[in-house]
Amino acid sequence: MPEASPASTQELERAALDSLAAAKSESEIEEWRIEYLGRRGVLSTRLRSIGTLPPEVRREAGADLNRLKNRLCNAFDEAAQHVSESKRDFAPGDAIDITLPGRRSNLGGLHPSEMMMREILDVFNDMGFQTVEGPIVELEKYNFDMLNVPADHPARDLQDTLWIDRNSDERVLLRTQTSPMQIRTMEKQKPPVRIVSPGLCFRHEATDATHEWQFHQIEGLAVDEGVTMADLKGTLYEFARRIFGTQRKIRFRCDYFPFVEPGVDVSVDWDGRWVEIMGAGMVHPKVLEGVGYDPAKYTGFAFGMGPERIAMLRYNIEDIRHFFSNDLRFLSQF
Amino acid sequence: MKVPLSWLRGYVDIDIDVDELAHRLTMAGNEVDSVKRFRHIENVVVGEVLNVAPHPNADRLRLVHVDDGEGVHEVVCGAPNVAKGQKIAYASIGAELFDAYSEEPGKTRRLRRSKIRGVESSGMVCSEKELGIGENHDGILVLPENSCIGTPIGDVIGDTVLDIELTPNRPDCLGVVGVARDVAALTGKTLRMPSLNYPTTGPNVDALAKVTVADSDLSPRYVGAVIRRVNIGPSPPWLQERLNAIGERPINNVVDATNFVMFELGQPLHAFDYDKVTDHHVIVRRAVEGEVLTTLDGVDRKLDSESLLIADPGGGIGLAGIMGGENSEITETTVNIFLESANFNPQNNRRTAGLLGMRSEATLRFEKGLRAGLAEVGIKRCLRIIQEVAGGEIAPGLIDTWPGEGSEQEYVDLTNDHIVRVMGVEYPVQQIETTLKSLGFEIEPLPEDSPNGWRVTIPYWRPDIAIPEDLVEELARIIGYDDLPATGVAGRVPRWEPGATHVFRHRVVDALTAYGMRQTFTYAAISDELEDKAPPPARRSSIDGVSEGVKLENPVSGHHATLRRSLRAPTLESAARNTRTWRGPVALFETGLVFETDPNPNAPLPRQSEQLTGVLTGPRGDTLWDRVDNDFDFYDAKGAIEQVLETLGVDARFIPLEDTTYAQGKAAEVVTADRKGTPIGTVGIVDTAVWERFEAESPGAVMFELDMEALRVIVGDKTRADSYTPYPRYPGSQRDLALVADSSVRVGDALQICQQNRLVKSASVFDVYEGGGVDEGQKSIGIRVIYQSDTRTLTSEQIARAEEQIVRRLEHELGVSLRS
Repeated sequence: MPEASPASTQELERAALDSLAAAKSESEIEEWRIEYLGRRGVLSTRLRSIGTLPPEVRREAGADLNRLKNRLCNAFDEAAQHVSESKRDFAPGDAIDITLPGRRSNLGGLHPSEMMMREILDVFNDMGFQTVEGPIVELEKYNFDMLNVPADHPARDLQDTLWIDRNSDERVLLRTQTSPMQIRTMEKQKPPVRIVSPGLCFRHEATDATHEWQFHQIEGLAVDEGVTMADLKGTLYEFARRIFGTQRKIRFRCDYFPFVEPGVDVSVDWDGRWVEIMGAGMVHPKVLEGVGYDPAKYTGFAFGMGPERIAMLRYNIEDIRHFFSNDLRFLSQF
Repeated sequence: MKVPLSWLRGYVDIDIDVDELAHRLTMAGNEVDSVKRFRHIENVVVGEVLNVAPHPNADRLRLVHVDDGEGVHEVVCGAPNVAKGQKIAYASIGAELFDAYSEEPGKTRRLRRSKIRGVESSGMVCSEKELGIGENHDGILVLPENSCIGTPIGDVIGDTVLDIELTPNRPDCLGVVGVARDVAALTGKTLRMPSLNYPTTGPNVDALAKVTVADSDLSPRYVGAVIRRVNIGPSPPWLQERLNAIGERPINNVVDATNFVMFELGQPLHAFDYDKVTDHHVIVRRAVEGEVLTTLDGVDRKLDSESLLIADPGGGIGLAGIMGGENSEITETTVNIFLESANFNPQNNRRTAGLLGMRSEATLRFEKGLRAGLAEVGIKRCLRIIQEVAGGEIAPGLIDTWPGEGSEQEYVDLTNDHIVRVMGVEYPVQQIETTLKSLGFEIEPLPEDSPNGWRVTIPYWRPDIAIPEDLVEELARIIGYDDLPATGVAGRVPRWEPGATHVFRHRVVDALTAYGMRQTFTYAAISDELEDKAPPPARRSSIDGVSEGVKLENPVSGHHATLRRSLRAPTLESAARNTRTWRGPVALFETGLVFETDPNPNAPLPRQSEQLTGVLTGPRGDTLWDRVDNDFDFYDAKGAIEQVLETLGVDARFIPLEDTTYAQGKAAEVVTADRKGTPIGTVGIVDTAVWERFEAESPGAVMFELDMEALRVIVGDKTRADSYTPYPRYPGSQRDLALVADSSVRVGDALQICQQNRLVKSASVFDVYEGGGVDEGQKSIGIRVIYQSDTRTLTSEQIARAEEQIVRRLEHELGVSLRS
């Protein structure tokens, strides 16, 4: 408002309110505020110029202007609130392209074998089984003899072994199973024992879609007074429910492993068929005796499973060789 | 083990279908791998000829009415031998029959509806040839009178063979009778044991032959018999069929009889030509080192002094329990036979057979450790069969040399408590007793004061039964596991042991995956060629400075012959291979064991220690609209290490490193920041020549390594923060230092000087620049410093003083000055 032609407060108020009504966006309202209510705005200027008025009207004019200022302030607050509620300040040019890809860091991830192992170990950890690990280059006595598989025994044919080239009395091998950890654990501690032991194992075998010469295994062992085959079933049943789904059933079938008696092979129901997922059984009294446990007092169960096989089942992986190919086209899916 | 159903039915009635039978056997531990049906033809069943009438339009043809159990069919038939009341093979429309007129053997054709000389024939009466069981096509095949109308033809003329994958503890099932015994127990039937009786004639066997067991440790029992005046010739059809059905080639009646009994009862036998055994004296002894025996496959076998030989006074005549000698072989001219049924030491038998590469059906059984009682049963059965198929006079008595008599365990005591202790469930006493008996175990109550138990006699066919648990398994496998309750492990919870290696590993692995890297697993055994592409650094700690690789004696292939000494080459190879197929960032790491021989020759195992190696190559991230596509560089690898170390709460320094895998001047060793400076890793740009060896499609790669063992020791049980520190409540002030330095000055040194000032909370580099506006040989460095105190608000004078101190040190120690 040009100072030169002072309008009446009524005129001023009408002009201000009209102008405020025309302001549609937050920025326009802000411009209006600066124009009328700002430090150098119309009202401030007017108030400052009151001194130039004749003294008799000064008081009245000042009160008038202050009342007007209050009204305009209220009108501004109202308008500002109204605008912020109705978002009226949007102009098409202000939009951003929300379809452009976001800025993200690379997605890393665990190897599916590790993922599977962690998931399986979690189940058993929750049931009080502690995770332990051991060497993968192993003594013959831990991998075979102390597991009731003496030399020159046909049971050795079940697992073709990769031997270490070494001149020594004790033969050394790449462990064919994680079962040596049963012995190593029991040698170190007294019952109760409840462990799971994951790790790499090796067999001398030709590689194809379902066979690898290197693979992971998870061993389980529970030894104490009163551990039974029914406990093994309950433990593995819980495992199957958590890994394969709460509706899954498991089935035991008689099988032979030298370090358990009775021995069973465990299957899970999978799309209407039974799929073998592990070997298990009651720890053979000779194994307990060998580590100095009294078999008349203690019983135990043991089990061993292949996380790659379980992952293959769960993720529909057709070829076990993917697991050690380290191809990102495979790994990146997990 | 191949078990034809037809053979099995000789000892046990089977009234369940074959798939159910296979299932029950599998559940009980005799896993049926496959069920193969032979001569089963769809749409062909047993029919009865109700009447035969002439064909209205052809003299040579007739109209036959056949009842197949479902209805009566009119069939045109040209066979001259068709007659009322016959049981015949009736093929209905759609049956696939062998083409009797085709030149091509095995050619089949599908039977269609057709009119023959104006009369429609609904089906056909089959000849032998059309059913594929013979060459006869002159007439129809007439089936036995008692064949049941409507039975699928396969059940009459065909067979079903179960292929059973046996476990090594069950040599009894290497005989059809053993499988039949399980079938009987599983189906509630009774086993029919084959007959062991035979008539004898002539002088007693002791007068005809003599046996000396010189090495009784290897031959606990040796049973011999003599049968004279046999007629050597082909076996009768029934015996040939039995052997053919399991894939064994018939040889002659006597040899076939020994094989038959081996597959029937599981006892290997051997027949010698009696007249070729010098003095009719059989000696069982160890061979003399280097002694040569020509086995009946014509091969000269050089034996060692642990090989058990069957000899006569003139020398070897057979390799015990493995193969007979050529010199005593049954031939067409053989008249008299010495029959052997022995029990040999399993370990020795397995050893010799393995040494000579002669795993035979006999060793397959002997190596599992047979009971001595089986030898006697086997020879009696075999004598009976030989006499049946080859005639002859069996000499009365057996030569039975049994030095090991009484050394075998005779019984196992089983208590009800023991069953409950193992299974966690109580079986009714009646069920326990019935089950044991059904498997042929003789049981009696335990003597004296143990009422809830049994003394179980170990039968001659079960060498695997030795402890109560073995019997518990017998019960469980026959009763089945389906009704076993599922309970949880009760009782004490084991004491938790700290220091688990996997917990530490998870922290490291999770930090790297969060950093955007993918975990990999490579093979633990690799080729020297691969390892040499990026050799591990010489270990400082090893005694002679060079670690030696651990070699495999029998690797699966030359590509996997040596255990890896580091993860460098395998990880670089994985990364390089991915650059050829993957367009995005390739950021891989592996943590795993590496191996080297222990410098201590008395150490039982090689050294196995955990290492971590990461490789980054290719674009740093997926292509993005506002980002320049940069490839991974040194600082990405270093960042990965820093991320891990910060996660673990470990402070480290980076010092220049010379290592041939890394490019010169572009690698660092990572050591702990403390005074000890323990090495914990390396990081650097992979040397171009090294990277080229891996044939990658990316121009370069960066790599880092962490010594997981060393890190684990340093970290121990520590978490990132040992305890919470109240965060400062006084404001900090940020000041930027614009510096000019000689190009050779390392920014890290300048940064360190800033960080060492006690009022400095943190300092970071926000700019490093060389080029326009900066003098040649100089660079500008921008460092942002935050000044903050835990105890007070810093005044601008205090901050200015601290800054002054820093600038002085920079100037003094590094020649770095403030940019004017």
